[in-house]
Amino acid sequence: MEHKNINVKLKVWRQRNSNDKGSFETYDANNISTEMSFLEMFDVLNEELIRDGKDPIAFDHDCREGICGMCSMYINGRPHGPWHANTTCQLHMRAFNDGDTIVVEPWRAKAFPVIKDLMVDRTAFDRIIQAGGYVSVNTGNAVDGNSIPIEKDKADASFAAAMCIGCGACVAACKNSSAMLFTSAKVAHLALLPQGDPERKSRVVNMIAQMDKEGFGACTNTGACEAVCPKEISISNIARLNMEYTSACLTSDK
Amino acid sequence: MFSKEVAELLQKLNRDENKDDLKIISIQTNDMLNSKIPAGPLENKWKNYKSTCKLVNPANKRKIEVIVVGTGLAGASAAAALGELGYKVKAFCFQDSPRRAHSIAAQGGINAAKNYQNDGDSIYRLFYDTIKGGDYRAREGNVHRLAEVSGNIIDQCVAQGVPFAREYGGLLSNRSFGGTQVQRTFYAAGQTGQQLLIGAYQALERQVALGNVDMYSRHEMLELVMIDGKTRGIICRNLVTGELERHFGHAVLLCTGGYGNVFYLSTNAMGSNVTANWKAHKKGALFANPCFTQIHPTCIPVSGDHQSKLTLMSESLRNDGRIWVPKKQGDNRKPNEIPEEERDYYLERRYPAFGNLVPRDVASRAAKERCDAGYGVGTSKQAVYLDYADAIKRYGKIEANKQGLANVDEETIIKLGKEVVKEKYGNLFDMYEKITGENPYEVPMRIYPAVHYTMGGLWVDYELMTTVPGLYALGECNFSDHGANRLGASALMQGLADGYFVIPYTIGNYLADEIHVKPIPTDHPAFADAESKVRDRIHMLMNIKGTQTVESFHKRLGKIMWDKCGMARNAEGLKQAIKEIQQLKQEFWSDVRIPGEINEMNPELDKANRVADFIELGELMCIDALNREESCGGHFREEHQTEEGEALRHDDKFMYVAAWEMKGDHEWQLHKEDLNYEVVKPSQRSYK
Ligand SMILES: Cc1cc2nc3c(=O)[nH]c(=O)nc-3n(C[C@H](O)[C@H](O)[C@H](O)COP(=O)(O)OP(=O)(O)OC[C@H]3O[C@@H](n4cnc5c(N)ncnc54)[C@H](O)[C@@H]3O)c2cc1C
Ligand code: SF4
Ligand code: FES
Repeated sequence: MEHKNINVKLKVWRQRNSNDKGSFETYDANNISTEMSFLEMFDVLNEELIRDGKDPIAFDHDCREGICGMCSMYINGRPHGPWHANTTCQLHMRAFNDGDTIVVEPWRAKAFPVIKDLMVDRTAFDRIIQAGGYVSVNTGNAVDGNSIPIEKDKADASFAAAMCIGCGACVAACKNSSAMLFTSAKVAHLALLPQGDPERKSRVVNMIAQMDKEGFGACTNTGACEAVCPKEISISNIARLNMEYTSACLTSDK
Repeated sequence: MFSKEVAELLQKLNRDENKDDLKIISIQTNDMLNSKIPAGPLENKWKNYKSTCKLVNPANKRKIEVIVVGTGLAGASAAAALGELGYKVKAFCFQDSPRRAHSIAAQGGINAAKNYQNDGDSIYRLFYDTIKGGDYRAREGNVHRLAEVSGNIIDQCVAQGVPFAREYGGLLSNRSFGGTQVQRTFYAAGQTGQQLLIGAYQALERQVALGNVDMYSRHEMLELVMIDGKTRGIICRNLVTGELERHFGHAVLLCTGGYGNVFYLSTNAMGSNVTANWKAHKKGALFANPCFTQIHPTCIPVSGDHQSKLTLMSESLRNDGRIWVPKKQGDNRKPNEIPEEERDYYLERRYPAFGNLVPRDVASRAAKERCDAGYGVGTSKQAVYLDYADAIKRYGKIEANKQGLANVDEETIIKLGKEVVKEKYGNLFDMYEKITGENPYEVPMRIYPAVHYTMGGLWVDYELMTTVPGLYALGECNFSDHGANRLGASALMQGLADGYFVIPYTIGNYLADEIHVKPIPTDHPAFADAESKVRDRIHMLMNIKGTQTVESFHKRLGKIMWDKCGMARNAEGLKQAIKEIQQLKQEFWSDVRIPGEINEMNPELDKANRVADFIELGELMCIDALNREESCGGHFREEHQTEEGEALRHDDKFMYVAAWEMKGDHEWQLHKEDLNYEVVKPSQRSYK
């Protein structure tokens, strides 16, 4: 693959902690190989900042291969940057041109307070899962794995929903900061499997209640979430969630 | 004795050069390790253990607190299972959520001896393959137990809603993996680790919701607390505020993953580290077989100095892909321009029985051999091709047949084949394209070996307890089951076996005697002491105010390790490495620069704490590699190879686990655990 070196200007959100107001700062990143990943470009910049006695830019990352959901940068007005179905850590510098200015911000949502610079607190997602995103089966209680056949199509659809990496890009992209795509992905993953069936009703009701409690907004079907989701989680999961919710409310005997 | 020789070598090295910089390393041996393998025939050991181990009654469980450090597959499954049993659990991880542990990145699959494919699999065969794959350096008792519980893992995961791949009939699908001849690997596309971890994470979050587990994310354990010779808690740093916290536990489980990042570049997540294990090691836990590292054959090659990590291309790709290099040295033609007869499918040539499916260590060394000999490809020449052209055609034909298409042209076949390959490996191919900018459906992928997994780790007995009472190690951070080389799809199996099915029994055997111990208040002097030790070290680090970044030290350490303690090792290089690492340590502690403050989110400080420990570990790894004067599994000593360049074991001298006790700065003592093979007869591994 052809590669070259480019110079870019970065406008990065700096915020010391959750109480600080925060503001943009501008940095030059020069001699950046187009073979670098976006985060490697940040590594290079941070090394320079440290050598110059400045505070490096804090950002979340871990796997650097698009699966842990840790990285979370809002790049040029889009969560995870310009590439389709991609995470920040998988974005490479060949997406940019020499002389580009790149604006980088943290996820912005009431339910995701900034911790420092580009890092946010996403524990609200864990609490949504705690509200019912599981099958209540204790260890050792299981029957043989092949005792309940599952239609391949259903298993595949369930897997497609289960691929959500919990990154929060859907929330960051949504003008209402809704967590519907995330929540619906979990509801769909489990609702599509026989193992998830017994708790279907309580699960959807409780997870939605928790979602509201955390301060995520309502869904107005703009589809921004699906467009930026790195795992291409389908918005049809939201339709399924609504269905599950309605039927749970209608038939609930509680 | 060999070890005396090594000691002499090292002492000579110390005398020869830079007398002042280097301290003496003492190596002695004694044979006192008790692995507590239950007596009786292999297949009854675990059964008998389970039916005779001590139990804690439900009322008492509620009074007992257990700390679980790390919530990857091993930790999340352990915390969930112990919470379900009624223990009061506190779990810790350094990421912002347990769902993000490094386990999430596992791609290929998880083994289990279900024999759903009717192809001759059995518990014994999984046991045998694992022992052989580990080049006869693992314990029979542990490995057999692992094979025994493997089937339960699949059942448990299915029950949790893990969406494994299925056949059209609705039953679970399997694939094959390196080092075996049966199809026993369960998978969820190329995201098996993700799906298993999400399953364990959900089970864990359920226990959190029920109040049985308290979860502390963005917390890093930095010290172990011991009272009267027993583990009683930990000190950890809240990574958001920088505050140090004290936590009591009747027992502590380390589930903190592997230490592959000692090489700087590896397929591990950026945060994976050895710190928790190293603190335990410093408190007396023996570190076993530290030099046993696995170099995975199929990773995307390094592209430049900026490289921060390496990406694995799942081993499952070797099922269908063919590995080759040009027959001509320094051939600069594009891969598609090199005709079939000018390609060297060197694995198929050298190992006709297993072909592209030889175990990882063998495949990695073969790639290195070709590249070193001048046949490498790509700009760096440190790469070989992994080619899908044949597989695409083969699958295309099968698909055309399935769809009843007659007289299909080549183009249609290729189109159909690509669709099949996309379904099987799509996410891996996409990942490759994002990183390299090349389309692997059209041109062969370039791959090269990279550090991937560490078989070494804290020494544990059959009950998974370290040599420190009340301190356990589970998952990749222990040394227990993979000997000198791990087979693909066996780490996920081991992590979940340890967490769901082993520790719930074995911990009871210890805790049954602890029921009268009241929770110890954390103002106990031992807690205060441990905390002030941590505080002092952090202050020391911050006050160095030197000129070099943490990252630059880590990179230098990685280079020493990769060059001299990597895929091939020799005595000369290892001695050199030890010296270089000792110097690096001095330099680190006098010239590292850490920006920012202590009492705030400070990722550079977190990293400095980890790199400081990696440096010390690096030295021990080299000592262990120097001591083990044989080649086995992932440990290849150039002085010890067969005429054909295969690893040459010396069972007469090295049929043991090397467990190291830290005695002081640069000082370790070797303890041996002899390995007794009662069922399997060790032989020269052959995959020809
Ligand atoms: C790219 C890749 C692909 C792989 N594919 C496969 C595969 O297909 N099949 C297979 O069987 N194996 C595979 N493996 C290996 C396997 O994924 C790992 O060995 C396994 O997941 C390790 O699990 P673990 O629970 O032991 O540790 P990890 O998942 O690494 O978890 C470690 C935990 O410890 C925590 N932690 C660490 N230090 C501290 C500290 N000081 N304080 C607090 N918390 C701490 C972390 O936060 C984390 O929660 C793969 C590995 C890689 C790198
Ligand atoms: S639905 Fe998509 S965008 Fe939202 S958290 Fe999941 S992976 Fe991220
Ligand atoms: S760092 Fe893991 S998804 Fe980006």
